[in-house]
Amino acid sequence: MSLIESLPRVRSLRMPRADGLIAWIVPLVIILIWQVACVTGFVSARVLPAPSDVALAGWKLLLSGELVRNIWVSFWRASVGFLIGGSIGFAFGLANGLSQLSSRLTDTTLQMVRNIPHLALIPLVILWFGIDESAKLFLVALGVFFPIYLNTLHGIRTVDPHLIEMGRIYGMTDGELFRRVIFPGALPSIFVGLRFALGIMWLTLIVAETIAASSGLGYMAMQAREFMLIDVVVLSILIYALLGKLADSASRALERLTLSWHPAFQKH
Amino acid sequence: MQEALRFRLSEAEPLGRAEIIEQARSRRRGRRIASRGLSLTIRGLRKSFGDNEVLRGIDLHIPAGQSVAIVGRSGCGKSTLLRLIAGLETATAGSIDFGEAARTEDIRVMFQEPRLLPWARVLSNVEVGLGRDRASPDAQARAESALTEVGLDDKRAQWPAVLSGGQKQRVALARALVSHPRVLAFDEPLGALDALTRISMQRLLERVWHDQGFTAILVTHDVAEAVALADRVLVIEDGRIAHDIDVDIPRPRRRGSAELAALEGSILKSLLQGTEDTSDL
Ligand SMILES: Nc1ncnc2c1ncn2[C@@H]1O[C@H](COP(=O)(O)OP(=O)(O)OP(=O)(O)O)[C@@H](O)[C@H]1O
Ligand SMILES: [Mg+2]
Repeated sequence: MSLIESLPRVRSLRMPRADGLIAWIVPLVIILIWQVACVTGFVSARVLPAPSDVALAGWKLLLSGELVRNIWVSFWRASVGFLIGGSIGFAFGLANGLSQLSSRLTDTTLQMVRNIPHLALIPLVILWFGIDESAKLFLVALGVFFPIYLNTLHGIRTVDPHLIEMGRIYGMTDGELFRRVIFPGALPSIFVGLRFALGIMWLTLIVAETIAASSGLGYMAMQAREFMLIDVVVLSILIYALLGKLADSASRALERLTLSWHPAFQKH
Repeated sequence: MQEALRFRLSEAEPLGRAEIIEQARSRRRGRRIASRGLSLTIRGLRKSFGDNEVLRGIDLHIPAGQSVAIVGRSGCGKSTLLRLIAGLETATAGSIDFGEAARTEDIRVMFQEPRLLPWARVLSNVEVGLGRDRASPDAQARAESALTEVGLDDKRAQWPAVLSGGQKQRVALARALVSHPRVLAFDEPLGALDALTRISMQRLLERVWHDQGFTAILVTHDVAEAVALADRVLVIEDGRIAHDIDVDIPRPRRRGSAELAALEGSILKSLLQGTEDTSDL
């Protein structure tokens, strides 16, 4: 039997609570193997510290307050940069999706700028802003802008024209048409942009913080490298992974909440 | 006063489903006098898309409350005519006149696709049909009674995605009916349905048309459907009305009866006349 055929049965068997736990089996097994490999000396502590050592380093940093401060700084930069870039991207996506004039005026320019890798601007950004907060915010906002812009635009342009005509026939005003037809129709695509943007947000921040910062997780990792504290370096990487996962889960939850009408999100 | 009292009494009693449906229906029948169909007069109607002249002078009078079927070969301009009547296109020349001033809510269209909003529950989809009355306090009650009319009151809280094709079309019908239109135009509304669902949908269309008394204009590919449902069948050819056939067979019409079959045969023959290519009829 093919996998597809066996899927529905697997679904009906699973328990709702076990579902969340099952995803953690593989990471836990990896950590376990890692620990055993380090304790038995199969892997040298100078190459990779044992998970227990990493946890210990984390605990020390937590007690000193350094960890919380750095996480908070990174989190703040990520969210503020995301909000700025995301809302500008969303606004341009809406404007260019809804207005021919606006689209003809700005779309070509934006498509051109899109082809410049935003991380290539780092030297320029450092010249402009120094290693100030604004440098990081600028880079994150720029990185987040494009996926949100492109997917909002795409979502609005691909709303079923039959539905728009239906809305007009039934006397919807422009505002109602947007609220009841265009925006909900574009939402799945906007969420795709959102999740892309979240990935780019962390990536940009890591790079920006390792190159030009005096606080934050990336800075913490760079400092640790200079003092050969490999456990702290590994700790920073793990925290990035966790934060990325957290952002992704949050956007998924939001998606499930707002797209409950979508066949892909319906419970069977 | 007595009327009101009786109404309240009957509401206090636990009613069976059938009784509720019957009540809704008779209430609507009472309204029939108030919202009779509109008559329709079309004079010299022409429509071109660029160089392509699709309609080349349509002259037509449809009395109020009549049901008219429009048949013709694919691409002959049936949908275009319907869209002109519904005000979705502007004519190149000629006029369409509804006898009296028609509000937008008075004229409704149903398409081959149900065009339901996937992100709105069935009941909200029906409420969309109220047009400017959407915000009125009895909007929900009116939508519910329209759903009852098409026999889907138990699906009111569902997402459209879980409905079958026929059920979706019935929701679309409820949405078209909820504003009590006086002209209802159908563009192959049953085209995508299987044979059995088609027949039950035809019965439903005939019933609501009978109950509500709107003027019905039905575009269809299926000549059997046209003669079963309509008072009159129009055949469009070369952008004009080539044949105008009255169907004076009494209702209820028995499907498959010899009379219907004979009429269907003669219409099919006139459709096929002078054309070698019959495949895309
Ligand atoms: N918006 C449009 N722009 C250009 N040409 C159009 C447009 N709408 C319709 N036409 C043309 O008008 C002609 C009639 O189209 P219409 O859709 O009215 O045909 P129809 O009789 O409904 O066909 P079918 O039975 O296949 O639905 C076709 O040749 C079509 O290409
Ligand atoms: Mg058509």
